[in-house]
Amino acid sequence: MGIRLGGAEILSGVSLDFESAGLTAIVGPNGAGKSTLLSILAGLRDGYTGECQYNGREVSAWKRRAFAREVSFVPQSLQLEFPFTAEQVVFMGRTPFCDGLFESPEDAIEVERAMRITDTLAFRHRDFGTLSGGERQRVVLAGALAQQPRTLLLDEPATFLDLKHQVEIYRLLRDLCREGLRALVVTHDINLAAAFADRVVMLSGGRLIADGSVRSTLTRERIAAVFGLNVELHEGRESRPWIVYGG
Amino acid sequence: MAVKHSTALAGSVALLWAVLCIMPFLGSTSIHFGRAFAGVSPDKEIFLYARLPRILLSAIAGGGLAVAGVLFQALVRDALATPFTLGISSGSALGAVMAICFGWSAATSFPVVWVAAFAGASVTVVLVMWLAAVGRRMSSFTLLLSGVTINSICLALILFLHYLANFGQSFAIVRWLVGGIDTVEYSTLAWLAVVIAPAVIYTCLRGRDWNLLSVGEDWAAARGISVSRLILTGYLLGSLITGSVTALTGPIGFVGLIVPHALRTRLGADHRILLPCSFFAGAAFLAICDTIARIVIAPTEVPVGVITALIGGPFFIWLLRSKRKSLWL
Repeated sequence: MGIRLGGAEILSGVSLDFESAGLTAIVGPNGAGKSTLLSILAGLRDGYTGECQYNGREVSAWKRRAFAREVSFVPQSLQLEFPFTAEQVVFMGRTPFCDGLFESPEDAIEVERAMRITDTLAFRHRDFGTLSGGERQRVVLAGALAQQPRTLLLDEPATFLDLKHQVEIYRLLRDLCREGLRALVVTHDINLAAAFADRVVMLSGGRLIADGSVRSTLTRERIAAVFGLNVELHEGRESRPWIVYGG
Repeated sequence: MAVKHSTALAGSVALLWAVLCIMPFLGSTSIHFGRAFAGVSPDKEIFLYARLPRILLSAIAGGGLAVAGVLFQALVRDALATPFTLGISSGSALGAVMAICFGWSAATSFPVVWVAAFAGASVTVVLVMWLAAVGRRMSSFTLLLSGVTINSICLALILFLHYLANFGQSFAIVRWLVGGIDTVEYSTLAWLAVVIAPAVIYTCLRGRDWNLLSVGEDWAAARGISVSRLILTGYLLGSLITGSVTALTGPIGFVGLIVPHALRTRLGADHRILLPCSFFAGAAFLAICDTIARIVIAPTEVPVGVITALIGGPFFIWLLRSKRKSLWL
């Protein structure tokens, strides 16, 4: 299994492999091409050059439905024009497994499970448009998990979340990755990446700057060069780095 | 949830059935139920050949327009989208206006205006799709842009032809553009039903896909939907329904806007229930509006397009006001 990517318009010469399960954080300043990379991997952009393969087959050559059973995608934010309930939004994740007009009882079980682990059952019948930003993000994540993916792509999943739910989402992702999920998270929160990721990919200006373990990629010098910000590195939990900035 | 679905569906079917039973007996000439069924003149003729086909036409047209409204709104993700937004209604109107202006219909008893209206809609559909397809992909945004553009061009051409037309033609053009239900032959009704029924049923059966598309194109694509093909299918279905209805009735506004909107506030956005309910409620709504149009200043008739706008306009303002109250205040 491998995903390889060689250069989109906003990305150039980026070559990466995601062979094994685990939580990979993709970090970098604004305009680094993080979201573009993620949407190419999700098969949502077809204007790229080079190749992007999933399980040895070019992403664009996959049947959409078969690909959706493997890979699910959590967008940066979701605005709805129409009054769907939270539960209906999660049910949409079952689409690649449904044939009839309505979902089966197995689909309902899967939706229930996804909503339980994302702590969204309390507002399952509420209009998605009336939920707070953080609640929406958790509902969208529940929808992606209901899709039972082997690979989960997330674009800024914790932006609108309060502290408790930020940590809970990352714990949940880490636990799922230990059970065999492959998760790629684009994030601006470098400390959450440092605390939970198995691997960090750093992009800047469309180029790959670093790729490896947390300790090897998140160094003081590199963060200073890429983000243009002086930081201090402290020893955190599990001897992971704890980055202090803004001082 | 399933109970709610069946209740809503049963409710809207019952509503339409009640409307179809009551409306034929309202009108400028009163007719008696017993006599109409016993075959006594003129009650039988008025019931069977004047009122019933007209009410059936308004029901099919109303149902079709409401379904097409839901579909177009899902396609461009805008609750205010109508067949006008995507150019079909004005393309159809342009076809009809050309037929009237160039005197195509005068020579023969063949319904040239209907054919011209449908042809106008078809040409518009092809043009809009050709404009909207960027490479081999199609997005809601390009569809919306090309629809709005074609709509403006058609409206300008209609104004131009209307300006050149003589007095009699001008009268006919205005009558057509206002939109109205006339008494038609049962064979015409049968043709309309043969076109509309499969399109409406197929649209309802793809309800889950419209749900995904109405959330977003990437959203649908990430869940295994071929988005370009789905947009194309939806646009063709909506255009077929709108084009066939508009050919017979002229452009009737507001049905496709009010009915879906009102139902969404009660039933939510799930297209699997919204679409069938919209069909039955839209059918009932237009049948009621057309009955009002027949009797409000009887024996003179008001075009039904005027009634739907006069009822629909204020209703819509109320809907927007009440929405604002709940969402923003």
